[in-house]
Amino acid sequence: MRKLLNRILSCTLLLALFSCGSAPEVKIGSKKFTESVTLAEIAAQLAGKVDPHVKHLRALGGTRVLWDALVKGDVDLYPEYTGTITEEIFAGRHLQGDREIREALVKYNIVMSNSLGFSDNYALGMKKSLAESLHITAISDLKKYPDLKFGFSNEFMDRADGWPGLKNAYQLPQKNVEGLEHELAYRALASGAIAVTDLYSTDANIRYYHLITLKDDKHFFPEYKAVFLYRAQLEKTAPKALKEMLKLQGMIPETTMVRLNKLVKIDGMSENQVASDFIRKHFGTRTDFEQMTFFQRLFLRTKQHLFLVAISLFAAILISIPLGIMAFLWPKSGQFILGFVGVIQTIPSLALIVFMIPLLGIGNEPAIVALFLYSLLPIVRNTHSGLNDIARAIRESAEALGLSAPARLRLVELPLASRSILAGIKTSAVINIGTATLGALIGAGGYGQPILTGIRLNDVGLILEGAVPAAALALLVQGLFELLEIYFVPKGLRIKSEIANG
Amino acid sequence: MIRLENISKSFNGTRALKNLSLIVPSGRTTVIIGPSGCGKSTLIRVIVGLIKPDSGTIHINDNLLDRSSVRELRRNIGYVIQEGGLFPHLTAAGNISLMAKYLGWKNEKIRDRLRELCELTKFPRDGLSRYPVQLSGGQNQRVSLMRALMLDPDTLLLDEPLGALDPLIRYELQTDLKEIFRSLKSTVLLVTHDIGEAAFFGDTILMVRDGEILQKGTIQDLVKHPADPFVSHFIMTQRSPMEFLESSENEKIAE
Repeated sequence: MRKLLNRILSCTLLLALFSCGSAPEVKIGSKKFTESVTLAEIAAQLAGKVDPHVKHLRALGGTRVLWDALVKGDVDLYPEYTGTITEEIFAGRHLQGDREIREALVKYNIVMSNSLGFSDNYALGMKKSLAESLHITAISDLKKYPDLKFGFSNEFMDRADGWPGLKNAYQLPQKNVEGLEHELAYRALASGAIAVTDLYSTDANIRYYHLITLKDDKHFFPEYKAVFLYRAQLEKTAPKALKEMLKLQGMIPETTMVRLNKLVKIDGMSENQVASDFIRKHFGTRTDFEQMTFFQRLFLRTKQHLFLVAISLFAAILISIPLGIMAFLWPKSGQFILGFVGVIQTIPSLALIVFMIPLLGIGNEPAIVALFLYSLLPIVRNTHSGLNDIARAIRESAEALGLSAPARLRLVELPLASRSILAGIKTSAVINIGTATLGALIGAGGYGQPILTGIRLNDVGLILEGAVPAAALALLVQGLFELLEIYFVPKGLRIKSEIANG
Repeated sequence: MIRLENISKSFNGTRALKNLSLIVPSGRTTVIIGPSGCGKSTLIRVIVGLIKPDSGTIHINDNLLDRSSVRELRRNIGYVIQEGGLFPHLTAAGNISLMAKYLGWKNEKIRDRLRELCELTKFPRDGLSRYPVQLSGGQNQRVSLMRALMLDPDTLLLDEPLGALDPLIRYELQTDLKEIFRSLKSTVLLVTHDIGEAAFFGDTILMVRDGEILQKGTIQDLVKHPADPFVSHFIMTQRSPMEFLESSENEKIAE
């Protein structure tokens, strides 16, 4: 048993060394939607030409995750929108114009680049043919057609700066307005079920469904200019890489961004390929980008996933078994221990992982801590119940022999509870493997990466590329523990009675 | 010798033992008998230190039983219970030698002692490598007895050791046990609810009811000079096949 423990330990250490090699100097982050990933990838490939230590932490999460990571230094640069900065990051401060934004950012040692060339505003969209036949080019033109049917995303229907505000600002008369799923709105437009919907001005579907965006002639929508936010110290630590990335300022007009989005979302190209093609076309240089085969990707993700699972589960086993023993030996504190690990389990996993970011940043650490916490309950509870369920006759026999309490635990009670403890570890391992897919949200990689991308691109193949290995790994680990039973569960507990009693 | 003085014990307000004093003399077999719930099991578990009495003192061979001495004293006491209490994860040999191994006995010494015990308890040697689930109830009780005898204690406490066995095996084991007690000259305290068994083993019989000793004496004393109507009642209410024979004989005579 000791030999096996040593082996597990050295394996975990080896894994740790593997993934914590040389720290990359320039870490570029992106949010979990296509445009952000594409922009960040272009920046990463440009910077990669002059600096070998550039890393793209892709599709990390939402604004909160990226902003916290940038302030903490887990990310050095990421694409953002001015509207998001004023409306979300500095919500309630009513910042006006780029100068006020820049002043607010100084406190955090964060710099905002100039516009990359396009804005990703809210806009109203119509089928091009319909708009042309009605001679509609701007939002105020809609006043002339009170019978047009509007269908807006639910979020747009509710926000003060959505439909209610828009209706007021333009005095729009339409009554026939309904809320619906954003993805369905395009199809409703195409079929003529609705005439107008809300969309983003760089939405890939604009081209796909032959739509036009109406001019916001009263400037109602806040401007969402695309920019880079980066840490001021980048000017000192990686000036060349920064200079390359800032070449993108003003380089990407709206039509270009729509085209790039379409290449990824509708034509199914990888962001890496699209970024590389963009750079070759506009900068005339070839860039290297990671293009891995299926098996290379699988190997990398398996390594990342196993790393998360192995460390968190191993730590959980080390802590949970003593906790379960304590709960058994001292029933009063036991109630507290079982209650505490039970409460942890009720925290939604996404919430727990996001909660870790301010404490531990992004990457492996918060994911491992969250997985560790989730792995506690099954092991603690099974250790406790395994010990507690030992028949009184057996426990008292051990005591009456004159064995000390630690010796009873070691020689009698723990061996008898071994099957239950192992079952707890098995449960934890399976939960752990499933939950670890969420690690991709905070840059820990693993099988969650293709699942997230698959959801983003509505690509079932990609989702399966993560879900199938995760399920296979869970089964494999379960099988492994069945084998471990032979080593850990004493033979006397595994054999069935061969003699009918009597 | 075991000496109990003024032992009282309550569970949740119910008094299981009431100011009980008792001497179990060395080298003899003393049997405690009484109905279920009379406190006889509590008494034996108090002596082996599994239950701490609310008041009173226990001396085993003139050593006071308390927190600091209990583990040491237990090694000189063999304890056997009804269900055997064998450790299912250990073989018969593992069960018997667990304590000896813990105390660091040499393998050779353990092997010799196992051989002696198998002879003494008439346990087949090849059964030593089997697990409790692979042995019959009677064999398991023999293993349990060997485990109790391993360290050669001078005191044996047996709590209904044969209670769960069928009559034939029980009869056989009773005979073997009595022989063992005689050959070892141990101080034996045995709990049972079977008056026949008590009469068979007991040099002295203690009749216990509601946590008190009603009468102490030989089986002849209990039958001929009952100290309390309950004593005769308890003895009379145990059925024997003879009573049926006798009554049918009587009916014939009446005809």
